[in-house]
Amino acid sequence: MFKKFTKSELKISPIKIKDLSISINDRFILNNINCLINNKSITAILGPNGAGKSLLLQTINGLIPISNGEITFNLRQLDENIRKQQAMVFQSPTLLRRTVLGNMEFVNSIYKNTNMLGVKDILKKVGLEAYNDKPARLLSGGEKQRLSLARALLIQPKLLLLDEPTANLDPYSLKLIEDLILEENSKGTTIILITHDMSQAKRLASDIIFINKGRVLEQTNSNIFFKEPKTIESKKYLAGEILL
Amino acid sequence: MNILLEAFKQSFDLVLMLDRDLFEILFLSLKVSFISLFFSCLIGLPLGTFLAIKNFWFRDNILIVFNTLMGLPPVVVGLIVYLIISRSGPLGWLGILYTPTAMIIAQMILIIPIIVSLSAQAIEEVNQEYKYLFLSLVVPSHKAVKAYLFDARYSILTVMLAGFGRAISEVGAVIIVGGNIDHLTRVMTTSIALETSKGNLSLALALGIILLSIALTVNFLLIRLKIRAKRRMYV
Repeated sequence: MFKKFTKSELKISPIKIKDLSISINDRFILNNINCLINNKSITAILGPNGAGKSLLLQTINGLIPISNGEITFNLRQLDENIRKQQAMVFQSPTLLRRTVLGNMEFVNSIYKNTNMLGVKDILKKVGLEAYNDKPARLLSGGEKQRLSLARALLIQPKLLLLDEPTANLDPYSLKLIEDLILEENSKGTTIILITHDMSQAKRLASDIIFINKGRVLEQTNSNIFFKEPKTIESKKYLAGEILL
Repeated sequence: MNILLEAFKQSFDLVLMLDRDLFEILFLSLKVSFISLFFSCLIGLPLGTFLAIKNFWFRDNILIVFNTLMGLPPVVVGLIVYLIISRSGPLGWLGILYTPTAMIIAQMILIIPIIVSLSAQAIEEVNQEYKYLFLSLVVPSHKAVKAYLFDARYSILTVMLAGFGRAISEVGAVIIVGGNIDHLTRVMTTSIALETSKGNLSLALALGIILLSIALTVNFLLIRLKIRAKRRMYV
Protein backbone atom coordinates (compact mmCIF):
# COMPACT_ATOMS: atom_id res chain seq x y z
CA MET A 1 0.00 0.00 0.00
CA PHE A 2 0.98 3.64 -0.28
CA LYS A 3 3.07 5.05 2.49
CA LYS A 4 1.48 7.96 4.36
CA PHE A 5 3.83 10.93 4.53
CA THR A 6 4.07 13.34 7.43
CA LYS A 7 4.37 17.00 6.50
CA SER A 8 8.12 17.15 7.14
CA GLU A 9 8.77 13.91 5.25
CA LEU A 10 6.82 14.88 2.15
CA LYS A 11 9.22 15.72 -0.67
CA ILE A 12 7.68 17.56 -3.57
CA SER A 13 10.60 17.97 -5.89
CA PRO A 14 12.01 17.16 -8.41
CA ILE A 15 9.04 18.45 -10.35
CA LYS A 16 8.54 16.81 -13.70
CA ILE A 17 6.35 18.47 -16.28
CA LYS A 18 5.43 16.10 -19.08
CA ASP A 19 3.61 16.96 -22.32
CA LEU A 20 1.72 19.74 -20.51
CA SER A 21 -0.79 21.70 -22.54
CA ILE A 22 -3.24 24.34 -21.37
CA SER A 23 -5.97 25.58 -23.66
CA ILE A 24 -8.25 28.49 -22.95
CA ASN A 25 -11.25 29.03 -25.26
CA ASP A 26 -9.94 26.30 -27.58
CA ARG A 27 -6.60 28.10 -27.95
CA PHE A 28 -3.42 26.49 -26.64
CA ILE A 29 -1.63 28.96 -24.36
CA LEU A 30 0.89 26.35 -23.21
CA ASN A 31 1.77 23.71 -25.74
CA ASN A 32 3.44 20.41 -25.03
CA ILE A 33 5.69 21.64 -22.20
CA ASN A 34 8.36 19.24 -20.99
CA CYS A 35 10.81 20.26 -18.29
CA LEU A 36 12.31 19.27 -14.98
CA ILE A 37 12.69 21.40 -11.87
CA ASN A 38 15.51 20.04 -9.75
CA ASN A 39 15.25 19.54 -6.03
CA LYS A 40 16.44 22.54 -3.97
CA SER A 41 17.21 24.55 -7.11
CA ILE A 42 16.36 28.11 -8.04
CA THR A 43 14.86 27.97 -11.49
CA ALA A 44 14.18 31.16 -13.38
CA ILE A 45 11.49 31.11 -16.04
CA LEU A 46 12.38 33.62 -18.72
CA GLY A 47 10.57 34.74 -21.82
CA PRO A 48 8.84 37.69 -23.43
CA ASN A 49 5.46 39.05 -22.24
CA GLY A 50 2.59 36.73 -23.10
CA ALA A 51 4.87 33.70 -23.45
CA GLY A 52 2.90 31.77 -20.80
CA LYS A 53 5.31 32.05 -17.85
CA SER A 54 2.73 33.11 -15.25
CA LEU A 55 0.29 30.52 -16.54
CA LEU A 56 2.90 27.80 -16.12
CA LEU A 57 3.61 28.94 -12.56
CA GLN A 58 -0.11 29.04 -11.75
CA THR A 59 -0.56 25.57 -13.23
CA ILE A 60 2.22 24.20 -11.03
CA ASN A 61 0.42 25.83 -8.08
CA GLY A 62 -2.79 24.06 -9.06
CA LEU A 63 -4.70 27.23 -9.92
CA ILE A 64 -5.25 26.32 -13.57
CA PRO A 65 -6.69 22.97 -14.68
CA ILE A 66 -4.47 20.94 -16.99
CA SER A 67 -5.87 20.21 -20.45
CA ASN A 68 -3.27 17.57 -21.42
CA GLY A 69 -0.15 16.06 -19.90
CA GLU A 70 0.86 15.91 -16.26
CA ILE A 71 2.92 17.48 -13.53
CA THR A 72 4.43 15.20 -10.92
CA PHE A 73 5.98 16.25 -7.66
CA ASN A 74 8.60 13.68 -6.69
CA LEU A 75 6.57 11.18 -8.73
CA ARG A 76 3.31 12.13 -6.99
CA GLN A 77 0.33 13.78 -8.63
CA LEU A 78 -0.71 17.21 -7.36
CA ASP A 79 -3.02 16.92 -4.38
CA GLU A 80 -4.02 19.07 -1.43
CA ASN A 81 -1.04 17.92 0.68
CA ILE A 82 1.39 18.94 -2.05
CA ARG A 83 -0.40 22.23 -2.62
CA LYS A 84 -0.06 22.98 1.08
CA GLN A 85 3.71 22.64 0.71
CA GLN A 86 3.75 25.37 -1.92
CA ALA A 87 3.58 29.12 -1.52
CA MET A 88 2.96 31.58 -4.31
CA VAL A 89 3.81 35.26 -4.48
CA PHE A 90 1.75 36.91 -7.18
CA GLN A 91 2.97 39.64 -9.48
CA SER A 92 0.41 42.09 -8.04
CA PRO A 93 0.20 41.23 -4.36
CA THR A 94 -3.32 40.48 -3.13
CA LEU A 95 -3.54 41.69 0.44
CA LEU A 96 -6.51 41.20 2.72
CA ARG A 97 -8.44 44.26 3.84
CA ARG A 98 -6.78 44.07 7.23
CA THR A 99 -3.67 45.23 9.02
CA VAL A 100 -0.21 43.86 8.23
CA LEU A 101 -0.43 41.61 11.28
CA GLY A 102 -4.01 40.66 10.35
CA ASN A 103 -2.75 39.39 6.98
CA MET A 104 -0.09 37.30 8.66
CA GLU A 105 -2.47 35.98 11.32
CA PHE A 106 -4.92 34.84 8.65
CA VAL A 107 -2.32 32.63 6.97
CA ASN A 108 -1.05 31.41 10.33
CA SER A 109 -4.59 30.46 11.34
CA ILE A 110 -4.64 28.06 8.37
CA TYR A 111 -1.16 26.58 8.59
CA LYS A 112 -0.48 27.00 12.33
CA ASN A 113 3.26 26.70 11.70
CA THR A 114 4.33 29.24 14.26
CA ASN A 115 3.20 31.41 17.15
CA MET A 116 2.89 35.19 17.40
CA LEU A 117 6.61 35.54 18.10
CA GLY A 118 7.39 33.63 14.92
CA VAL A 119 5.00 35.83 12.94
CA LYS A 120 6.66 38.97 14.26
CA ASP A 121 10.08 37.49 13.56
CA ILE A 122 9.22 37.01 9.87
CA LEU A 123 7.86 40.56 9.70
CA LYS A 124 11.16 41.74 11.14
CA LYS A 125 13.03 39.78 8.48
CA VAL A 126 11.18 41.61 5.72
CA GLY A 127 11.61 44.96 7.45
CA LEU A 128 7.94 45.43 8.34
CA GLU A 129 8.15 45.02 12.10
CA ALA A 130 7.15 48.65 12.65
CA TYR A 131 4.02 48.30 10.52
CA ASN A 132 2.12 45.65 12.50
CA ASP A 133 -1.02 47.73 12.88
CA LYS A 134 -0.85 49.55 9.57
CA PRO A 135 -3.63 48.71 7.08
CA ALA A 136 -1.90 46.43 4.56
CA ARG A 137 -3.35 48.13 1.51
CA LEU A 138 -1.83 51.46 2.59
CA LEU A 139 1.70 50.06 2.24
CA SER A 140 3.92 51.13 -0.65
CA GLY A 141 4.46 48.78 -3.62
CA GLY A 142 7.72 47.40 -2.23
CA GLU A 143 6.28 46.95 1.25
CA LYS A 144 3.24 45.15 -0.17
CA GLN A 145 5.49 42.76 -2.05
CA ARG A 146 7.59 42.17 1.08
CA LEU A 147 4.45 41.44 3.09
CA SER A 148 3.31 39.08 0.38
CA LEU A 149 6.64 37.26 0.62
CA ALA A 150 6.48 37.23 4.43
CA ARG A 151 3.04 35.65 4.22
CA ALA A 152 4.42 33.01 1.87
CA LEU A 153 7.36 32.28 4.19
CA LEU A 154 4.93 31.76 7.04
CA ILE A 155 3.76 28.63 5.23
CA GLN A 156 7.33 27.25 5.47
CA PRO A 157 6.97 25.99 1.91
CA LYS A 158 9.03 23.31 0.23
CA LEU A 159 8.32 24.98 -3.10
CA LEU A 160 8.23 28.76 -3.42
CA LEU A 161 6.70 30.17 -6.60
CA LEU A 162 7.56 33.81 -7.29
CA ASP A 163 5.93 35.70 -10.14
CA GLU A 164 8.09 38.78 -10.77
CA PRO A 165 8.50 39.44 -7.04
CA THR A 166 10.76 42.45 -7.51
CA ALA A 167 9.18 44.17 -10.52
CA ASN A 168 9.29 47.96 -10.07
CA LEU A 169 10.81 47.79 -6.60
CA ASP A 170 13.35 50.11 -5.01
CA PRO A 171 16.91 48.79 -4.53
CA TYR A 172 16.37 48.22 -0.78
CA SER A 173 13.28 46.03 -1.30
CA LEU A 174 14.96 44.28 -4.21
CA LYS A 175 18.05 43.36 -2.17
CA LEU A 176 15.98 42.33 0.81
CA ILE A 177 13.79 40.03 -1.29
CA GLU A 178 16.75 38.53 -3.14
CA ASP A 179 18.55 37.85 0.16
CA LEU A 180 15.43 36.16 1.51
CA ILE A 181 15.13 34.02 -1.62
CA LEU A 182 18.74 32.88 -1.24
CA GLU A 183 18.25 32.24 2.48
CA GLU A 184 15.13 30.15 1.85
CA ASN A 185 16.91 28.20 -0.85
CA SER A 186 19.84 27.52 1.46
CA LYS A 187 17.32 25.93 3.86
CA GLY A 188 16.35 23.50 1.10
CA THR A 189 13.35 25.22 -0.46
CA THR A 190 12.97 24.73 -4.19
CA ILE A 191 12.28 28.05 -5.86
CA ILE A 192 10.74 28.87 -9.22
CA LEU A 193 11.03 32.49 -10.18
CA ILE A 194 9.70 34.52 -13.08
CA THR A 195 11.74 37.59 -13.86
CA HIS A 196 12.47 40.01 -16.66
CA ASP A 197 15.61 41.18 -14.89
CA MET A 198 18.49 39.31 -16.52
CA SER A 199 21.02 40.34 -13.90
CA GLN A 200 18.67 39.05 -11.20
CA ALA A 201 18.36 35.73 -13.03
CA LYS A 202 22.17 35.54 -13.22
CA ARG A 203 22.48 36.38 -9.52
CA LEU A 204 19.87 33.95 -8.25
CA ALA A 205 19.10 31.17 -10.66
CA SER A 206 20.87 27.86 -10.97
CA ASP A 207 18.66 26.73 -13.87
CA ILE A 208 16.84 28.56 -16.63
CA ILE A 209 13.69 27.65 -18.52
CA PHE A 210 13.16 29.80 -21.57
CA ILE A 211 9.62 29.99 -22.92
CA ASN A 212 8.25 31.60 -26.05
CA LYS A 213 4.71 31.37 -27.45
CA GLY A 214 3.70 28.71 -24.93
CA ARG A 215 6.60 26.37 -25.71
CA VAL A 216 9.77 25.58 -23.78
CA LEU A 217 12.58 26.41 -26.17
CA GLU A 218 15.46 25.88 -23.81
CA GLN A 219 16.15 24.43 -20.39
CA THR A 220 19.65 24.51 -19.12
CA ASN A 221 22.07 25.56 -16.45
CA SER A 222 22.08 29.31 -15.83
CA ASN A 223 25.75 29.82 -16.71
CA ILE A 224 25.38 27.96 -19.98
CA PHE A 225 22.19 29.81 -20.91
CA PHE A 226 23.71 33.24 -20.48
CA LYS A 227 27.03 32.30 -22.14
CA GLU A 228 25.82 30.13 -25.00
CA PRO A 229 22.09 30.38 -25.63
CA LYS A 230 21.15 27.70 -28.13
CA THR A 231 18.06 28.94 -29.91
CA ILE A 232 17.70 32.00 -32.12
CA GLU A 233 14.82 33.19 -29.92
CA SER A 234 16.83 33.05 -26.70
CA LYS A 235 19.74 34.84 -28.37
CA LYS A 236 17.38 37.55 -29.58
CA TYR A 237 15.71 37.76 -26.16
CA LEU A 238 19.04 38.20 -24.37
CA ALA A 239 20.08 40.79 -26.94
CA GLY A 240 16.94 42.76 -26.13
CA GLU A 241 15.36 42.23 -29.54
CA ILE A 242 11.64 41.79 -30.14
CA LEU A 243 10.54 38.20 -30.62
CA LEU A 244 7.92 37.86 -33.32
CA MET B 1 -45.23 77.12 7.23
CA ASN B 2 -47.13 77.32 10.53
CA ILE B 3 -47.90 73.65 10.46
CA LEU B 4 -44.22 72.82 10.00
CA LEU B 5 -43.16 75.02 12.93
CA GLU B 6 -45.94 73.54 15.03
CA ALA B 7 -44.78 70.05 14.07
CA PHE B 8 -41.18 70.77 15.06
CA LYS B 9 -42.32 72.24 18.37
CA GLN B 10 -44.59 69.28 19.03
CA SER B 11 -41.89 66.75 18.20
CA PHE B 12 -39.48 68.43 20.61
CA ASP B 13 -42.19 68.57 23.28
CA LEU B 14 -42.96 64.88 22.80
CA VAL B 15 -39.32 63.94 23.18
CA LEU B 16 -38.54 66.35 26.02
CA MET B 17 -41.64 65.41 27.98
CA LEU B 18 -40.64 61.75 27.60
CA ASP B 19 -44.14 61.02 26.33
CA ARG B 20 -44.89 57.42 27.39
CA ASP B 21 -47.05 56.58 24.38
CA LEU B 22 -44.45 57.95 22.00
CA PHE B 23 -41.66 55.92 23.55
CA GLU B 24 -43.82 52.81 23.53
CA ILE B 25 -44.46 53.24 19.80
CA LEU B 26 -40.83 54.11 19.18
CA PHE B 27 -39.59 51.10 21.13
CA LEU B 28 -41.92 48.74 19.26
CA SER B 29 -40.86 50.21 15.90
CA LEU B 30 -37.19 49.67 16.70
CA LYS B 31 -37.82 46.24 18.21
CA VAL B 32 -39.78 44.97 15.21
CA SER B 33 -37.28 46.45 12.73
CA PHE B 34 -34.19 45.14 14.50
CA ILE B 35 -35.61 41.66 15.04
CA SER B 36 -36.68 41.38 11.41
CA LEU B 37 -33.28 42.71 10.33
CA PHE B 38 -31.50 40.20 12.57
CA PHE B 39 -33.37 37.19 11.20
CA SER B 40 -33.16 38.50 7.64
CA CYS B 41 -29.37 38.73 8.02
CA LEU B 42 -29.25 35.26 9.50
CA ILE B 43 -30.91 33.93 6.34
CA GLY B 44 -29.79 36.50 3.77
CA LEU B 45 -26.06 36.81 4.48
CA PRO B 46 -25.14 33.12 4.10
CA LEU B 47 -27.39 32.92 1.03
CA GLY B 48 -25.83 36.06 -0.47
CA THR B 49 -22.34 34.71 0.26
CA PHE B 50 -23.18 31.37 -1.32
CA LEU B 51 -24.51 33.06 -4.46
CA ALA B 52 -21.44 35.30 -4.61
CA ILE B 53 -18.80 32.59 -4.40
CA LYS B 54 -20.39 29.54 -6.00
CA ASN B 55 -20.77 29.14 -9.71
CA PHE B 56 -23.66 27.00 -10.88
CA TRP B 57 -25.74 27.22 -14.00
CA PHE B 58 -28.88 28.97 -12.65
CA ARG B 59 -27.04 31.20 -10.17
CA ASP B 60 -27.55 34.36 -12.26
CA ASN B 61 -31.27 33.62 -12.55
CA ILE B 62 -31.58 33.36 -8.77
CA LEU B 63 -29.81 36.70 -8.40
CA ILE B 64 -32.17 38.25 -10.96
CA VAL B 65 -35.15 36.96 -8.95
CA PHE B 66 -33.76 38.42 -5.71
CA ASN B 67 -32.99 41.72 -7.44
CA THR B 68 -36.58 41.85 -8.68
CA LEU B 69 -37.94 41.00 -5.24
CA MET B 70 -36.13 44.05 -3.83
CA GLY B 71 -38.96 46.09 -5.31
CA LEU B 72 -41.76 43.99 -3.79
CA PRO B 73 -44.81 46.17 -3.06
CA PRO B 74 -45.29 46.07 0.75
CA VAL B 75 -49.08 45.97 0.53
CA VAL B 76 -48.89 42.87 -1.65
CA VAL B 77 -46.56 41.22 0.88
CA GLY B 78 -48.93 42.30 3.67
CA LEU B 79 -51.87 40.81 1.83
CA ILE B 80 -50.11 37.50 1.13
CA VAL B 81 -48.90 37.17 4.74
CA TYR B 82 -52.42 38.09 5.89
CA LEU B 83 -53.94 35.35 3.74
CA ILE B 84 -51.46 32.80 5.08
CA ILE B 85 -51.76 33.62 8.79
CA SER B 86 -55.42 34.65 8.97
CA ARG B 87 -57.70 32.22 10.77
CA SER B 88 -58.76 30.49 7.51
CA GLY B 89 -55.21 30.47 6.08
CA PRO B 90 -52.77 27.53 6.13
CA LEU B 91 -50.92 28.94 9.16
CA GLY B 92 -54.00 30.34 10.87
CA TRP B 93 -53.58 27.87 13.73
CA LEU B 94 -50.50 29.81 14.85
CA GLY B 95 -52.73 32.69 15.91
CA ILE B 96 -50.18 35.37 15.11
CA LEU B 97 -52.33 37.73 13.06
CA TYR B 98 -52.29 41.27 14.51
CA THR B 99 -49.19 40.57 16.60
CA PRO B 100 -45.65 41.96 16.32
CA THR B 101 -44.58 38.46 15.14
CA ALA B 102 -46.73 38.86 12.03
CA MET B 103 -45.17 42.29 11.44
CA ILE B 104 -41.68 40.79 11.76
CA ILE B 105 -42.50 38.06 9.24
CA ALA B 106 -43.87 40.58 6.73
CA GLN B 107 -40.82 42.81 7.15
CA MET B 108 -38.47 39.84 6.74
CA ILE B 109 -40.06 39.01 3.39
CA LEU B 110 -39.37 42.58 2.33
CA ILE B 111 -35.82 42.74 3.70
CA ILE B 112 -34.37 39.33 2.80
CA PRO B 113 -34.14 40.07 -0.97
CA ILE B 114 -32.29 43.33 -0.16
CA ILE B 115 -29.82 41.54 2.11
CA VAL B 116 -29.27 38.68 -0.37
CA SER B 117 -28.81 40.86 -3.48
CA LEU B 118 -26.66 43.57 -1.95
CA SER B 119 -24.52 41.23 0.16
CA ALA B 120 -23.94 39.02 -2.90
CA GLN B 121 -22.67 42.10 -4.76
CA ALA B 122 -20.41 43.15 -1.87
CA ILE B 123 -18.95 39.67 -1.40
CA GLU B 124 -18.55 39.04 -5.11
CA GLU B 125 -16.28 42.07 -5.23
CA VAL B 126 -14.09 40.67 -2.43
CA ASN B 127 -14.21 37.22 -4.02
CA GLN B 128 -12.87 38.58 -7.32
CA GLU B 129 -9.97 40.01 -5.39
CA TYR B 130 -9.22 37.01 -3.15
CA LYS B 131 -10.19 34.07 -5.35
CA TYR B 132 -6.74 33.06 -6.57
CA LEU B 133 -5.02 33.90 -3.29
CA PHE B 134 -7.41 31.67 -1.35
CA LEU B 135 -7.07 28.91 -3.93
CA SER B 136 -3.30 29.16 -3.71
CA LEU B 137 -3.34 29.17 0.09
CA VAL B 138 -5.73 26.19 0.09
CA VAL B 139 -8.05 28.07 2.45
CA PRO B 140 -10.83 25.78 3.79
CA SER B 141 -14.34 26.84 2.70
CA HIS B 142 -15.55 27.80 6.17
CA LYS B 143 -12.50 30.03 6.72
CA ALA B 144 -12.95 31.60 3.29
CA VAL B 145 -16.61 32.43 4.00
CA LYS B 146 -15.63 33.91 7.37
CA ALA B 147 -12.93 35.98 5.70
CA TYR B 148 -15.28 37.21 2.96
CA LEU B 149 -17.86 38.31 5.51
CA PHE B 150 -15.23 39.92 7.73
CA ASP B 151 -13.41 41.74 4.95
CA ALA B 152 -16.65 42.95 3.38
CA ARG B 153 -17.91 44.05 6.81
CA TYR B 154 -18.23 47.73 5.98
CA SER B 155 -20.14 47.06 2.78
CA ILE B 156 -22.32 44.60 4.69
CA LEU B 157 -23.05 47.28 7.29
CA THR B 158 -24.35 49.42 4.44
CA VAL B 159 -26.45 46.46 3.25
CA MET B 160 -27.86 46.10 6.77
CA LEU B 161 -28.57 49.81 6.84
CA ALA B 162 -30.54 49.50 3.61
CA GLY B 163 -32.51 46.65 5.18
CA PHE B 164 -33.11 48.59 8.36
CA GLY B 165 -34.25 51.63 6.35
CA ARG B 166 -36.76 49.50 4.49
CA ALA B 167 -38.02 47.97 7.77
CA ILE B 168 -38.37 51.11 9.86
CA SER B 169 -40.08 53.10 7.12
CA GLU B 170 -42.45 50.35 6.05
CA VAL B 171 -46.18 50.93 6.55
CA GLY B 172 -48.24 48.99 3.98
CA ALA B 173 -47.47 45.45 5.13
CA VAL B 174 -47.35 46.08 8.89
CA ILE B 175 -50.70 47.87 8.91
CA ILE B 176 -52.36 44.90 7.17
CA VAL B 177 -50.84 42.14 9.32
CA GLY B 178 -50.38 44.19 12.51
CA GLY B 179 -53.68 46.00 12.44
CA ASN B 180 -52.27 49.17 14.10
CA ILE B 181 -53.65 48.18 17.50
CA ASP B 182 -52.88 50.69 20.25
CA HIS B 183 -50.34 49.42 22.81
CA LEU B 184 -49.91 46.20 20.83
CA THR B 185 -48.92 46.65 17.19
CA ARG B 186 -48.84 50.42 16.72
CA VAL B 187 -45.52 51.57 15.30
CA MET B 188 -44.25 54.97 14.11
CA THR B 189 -45.34 54.61 10.50
CA THR B 190 -48.81 53.27 11.27
CA SER B 191 -49.27 56.05 13.86
CA ILE B 192 -48.37 58.64 11.23
CA ALA B 193 -50.91 57.10 8.85
CA LEU B 194 -53.57 57.11 11.60
CA GLU B 195 -52.91 60.69 12.74
CA THR B 196 -52.98 61.89 9.11
CA SER B 197 -56.33 60.21 8.52
CA LYS B 198 -57.63 61.84 11.71
CA GLY B 199 -56.52 65.23 10.38
CA ASN B 200 -53.99 65.64 13.19
CA LEU B 201 -51.32 66.77 10.74
CA SER B 202 -48.93 68.45 13.15
CA LEU B 203 -48.72 65.32 15.37
CA ALA B 204 -48.29 63.14 12.27
CA LEU B 205 -45.51 65.42 11.07
CA ALA B 206 -43.92 65.46 14.53
CA LEU B 207 -43.81 61.66 14.51
CA GLY B 208 -42.35 61.83 11.00
CA ILE B 209 -39.59 64.17 12.20
CA ILE B 210 -38.71 61.78 15.04
CA LEU B 211 -38.67 58.82 12.63
CA LEU B 212 -36.46 60.75 10.25
CA SER B 213 -34.11 61.73 13.08
CA ILE B 214 -33.61 58.06 14.01
CA ALA B 215 -32.87 57.11 10.41
CA LEU B 216 -30.53 60.10 10.10
CA THR B 217 -28.60 59.21 13.27
CA VAL B 218 -28.14 55.56 12.24
CA ASN B 219 -27.09 56.64 8.74
CA PHE B 220 -24.71 59.26 10.06
CA LEU B 221 -22.94 56.82 12.38
CA LEU B 222 -22.56 54.17 9.70
CA ILE B 223 -21.39 56.57 7.02
CA ARG B 224 -18.77 57.98 9.43
CA LEU B 225 -17.63 54.42 10.08
CA LYS B 226 -17.42 53.72 6.37
CA ILE B 227 -15.45 56.90 5.67
CA ARG B 228 -12.97 55.87 8.36
CA ALA B 229 -12.73 52.41 6.80
CA LYS B 230 -12.20 53.91 3.33
CA ARG B 231 -9.29 55.96 4.61
CA ARG B 232 -7.72 52.74 5.84
CA MET B 233 -8.57 51.09 2.49
CA TYR B 234 -10.68 48.45 4.16
CA VAL B 235 -13.49 49.09 1.65
